[in-house]
Amino acid sequence: MNRRLLVNLAAVIAAVTVLVPFGSMAQDKFIVVQSTTSTQNSGLLDAILPQFTEKSGIDVRVVAVGTGQAIKNAENGDGDVLLVHAKPAEEKFVADGWGVKRHDVMYNDFVIVGPADDPAGVAGSSDAVAALEKIAESQSAFASRGDDSGTHKAELRLWREAGVDTASASGDWYRETGSGMGATLNTGVGMGAYIMADRATWISFGNKGDHEVLVEGDPKLFNQYGVILVNPDKHPVVKAEEGQAFIDWLLGAEGQAAIADFKVDGQQLFFPNAD
Amino acid sequence: MQDFADSLLLSLNLIVSGNPELWSIVLLSLRVSLTAVALAAVIGMPLGAALAVGRFPGRPAAIVLVNALMGLPPVVVGLVVYLFLSNSGPLGVLQLLYTPTAMIIAQVVLVTPIIAALTRQVVEDLDAEYAEQLRSIGVSRLASVPTLLWDGRISLLTALLAGFGRAIAEVGAVIIVGGNINHVTRVMTTTIALETSKGNLALALALGTILVVIAIAVNAAVGLIGPASQRIAHA
Amino acid sequence: MPDAAALTVEGTSADLTSRAAAKRAGSILPLGVHGLVYAVGGKRLVNIDRLTLQPGAPTVILGPNGAGKSLLLRLMHGLIEPAQGTVLFNGQPMSPAIRRRQAMVFQRPVVLRRSVRANIDYALAAHRLRGTKRHRRLDELLEMGGLSAMAHQPARSLSGGEQQRLALVRAVAAAPELLFLDEPTSSLDPGATQRIEALVRRFAQDGMKIVMVTHDLGQARRLADEVVFMHRGRIAEQTPAAAFFDEPASQAARDFVAGGLLV
Repeated sequence: MNRRLLVNLAAVIAAVTVLVPFGSMAQDKFIVVQSTTSTQNSGLLDAILPQFTEKSGIDVRVVAVGTGQAIKNAENGDGDVLLVHAKPAEEKFVADGWGVKRHDVMYNDFVIVGPADDPAGVAGSSDAVAALEKIAESQSAFASRGDDSGTHKAELRLWREAGVDTASASGDWYRETGSGMGATLNTGVGMGAYIMADRATWISFGNKGDHEVLVEGDPKLFNQYGVILVNPDKHPVVKAEEGQAFIDWLLGAEGQAAIADFKVDGQQLFFPNAD
Repeated sequence: MQDFADSLLLSLNLIVSGNPELWSIVLLSLRVSLTAVALAAVIGMPLGAALAVGRFPGRPAAIVLVNALMGLPPVVVGLVVYLFLSNSGPLGVLQLLYTPTAMIIAQVVLVTPIIAALTRQVVEDLDAEYAEQLRSIGVSRLASVPTLLWDGRISLLTALLAGFGRAIAEVGAVIIVGGNINHVTRVMTTTIALETSKGNLALALALGTILVVIAIAVNAAVGLIGPASQRIAHA
Repeated sequence: MPDAAALTVEGTSADLTSRAAAKRAGSILPLGVHGLVYAVGGKRLVNIDRLTLQPGAPTVILGPNGAGKSLLLRLMHGLIEPAQGTVLFNGQPMSPAIRRRQAMVFQRPVVLRRSVRANIDYALAAHRLRGTKRHRRLDELLEMGGLSAMAHQPARSLSGGEQQRLALVRAVAAAPELLFLDEPTSSLDPGATQRIEALVRRFAQDGMKIVMVTHDLGQARRLADEVVFMHRGRIAEQTPAAAFFDEPASQAARDFVAGGLLV
């Protein structure tokens, strides 16, 4: 009798656990945005998305991964909107038919951070390519994302311009973490290495150690973000209407203002520049 | 060292202040992992028992396989489940990707081999003791399975706890299939990963402390229920 | 022993059910063994041309260690399969119906990890007894084993003697016609042994056929009506107990009774 009671109790607990809907799943109107770690880690999305949700009643679910993975996920139809920062890859995404149209949204810039004692002597430079050349010459440790992300792609472009073959230095002074921006910063700070990071993530990063911004202000460090609606012709599950509503809001006056208003420690991290 | 002191203070503060954000994350973690363990038990226990008492060709290979699957890397499981649930995958129509259900599925895949393998060992040991007696009473091999499971219940509870430990602690699978979406699929481990990537090491460590406290609480609760259920069973 | 009296009460419903069942369905005795061979790695551990066990008073199987006594018991009870030969119950091979009318108690009692009561109830459930009949029988068996006071204790917390008494009354839960006992007292102290023997004697008086393996000569003298002496897997002799202890026919048995070592 008591045993039956115990079994029943277990069954009820199991049923409640499995069947009762997950609280926050209640919101039925939502879109999935495939985006990058920089927009999430900086806190930008947490700051601006509630404004959109309040106005439209559409919940925005953000999956924050590297740009490479975000694009791949979007190609698989696992998202309605793509918000990333690797213009050539984004244009290819649209050209291949996966996306409807690409729009500029905002930009920030990359910076090269490094240890305060600056073994390569690049501090104060505003020439990114020259700074990378110096780092390579002095064989100072450099921590790279190495994850096919937007930041990684931008970094590789600069190395190519500097004429440095990072592949041959890989594992030596050039260290690919294969991880997100935050993890790479943690690793790089720990190793006393130079790191190229987006300014937003760096400013809001909480584990800076004795690292500081050494190189900034080069136009080549410009970091443009784009937004694309995933093509509903390729994936009928894409919520084109809601996704487009989000893009329209983001590119419109309200969204652009929200981006400009987002500040960390009094610093503006992203600069809206929609057409 | 500063981080440890900070994080301890922070975790205490988080627990005491009853931060609703934190509690919804804790609740989701428990919910996903407990559900996954419950489902994995429903699948894994009969499977383990079948491996223990069944005699069929390929049984030794099946046992080796199940034992080996205990070491499945969560990231691989996450990837495979993602490929199935993706809109480009065979189960895309179910629209389960980036939901707690997807996380449960991934954890069930991770935990089932653990429960099955440990169940097999428990049941096989018990069967060595019981087989002749049960046969003498006229209980068939198949009918002996519930008896063996019930009489092995204390050891099986440990198997469930091992499964729960694996589920609540893993991050690799749930972050891929859940997407770490705020208020939807963000659990303890993915929050810890996120805060670490933000460089908020003290906060990450504080959340880790809370995770450990939860794990201890669940184990202690089972430790109390275990003997109690035994008393009830004997009443 | 506060409940010694209970152990010797005769004419309970147990023997009534047992006899009624026998009459209703025809007896499973005599038990006949024909050309029975059990071998491991080509070595014949049991090799018996012919053995017949008649209904009635207890048969004790005696013999030195390794003679094949326990194997023979398991072969007869159908727990292991012979390489050759047959075991027939009143001419019929083993079947679920025939199995339901026999039981076995092992050298080390196998008690389930449940209460004493639940252990007995398990056997009653396996024999498909239900309702008030099952409850009555349960109480009766608890009392028969002198276990009523500890009915709700975990069976594993009982002493060795108590566990074996539990195994014994659980074995006779459905009033079998034939009961195999495999050295049930070999690890028990004299007091506990005495209580087991009292139960066995009572079952025998109730008409249950007892087939018991032992290497305790004293126990064999106390319980046996007939002795089957085994040596090296074979039946050396099958004699009425009195004759066996007075004057064993085989040299092996003479050495065994005299306490001489033989393997």
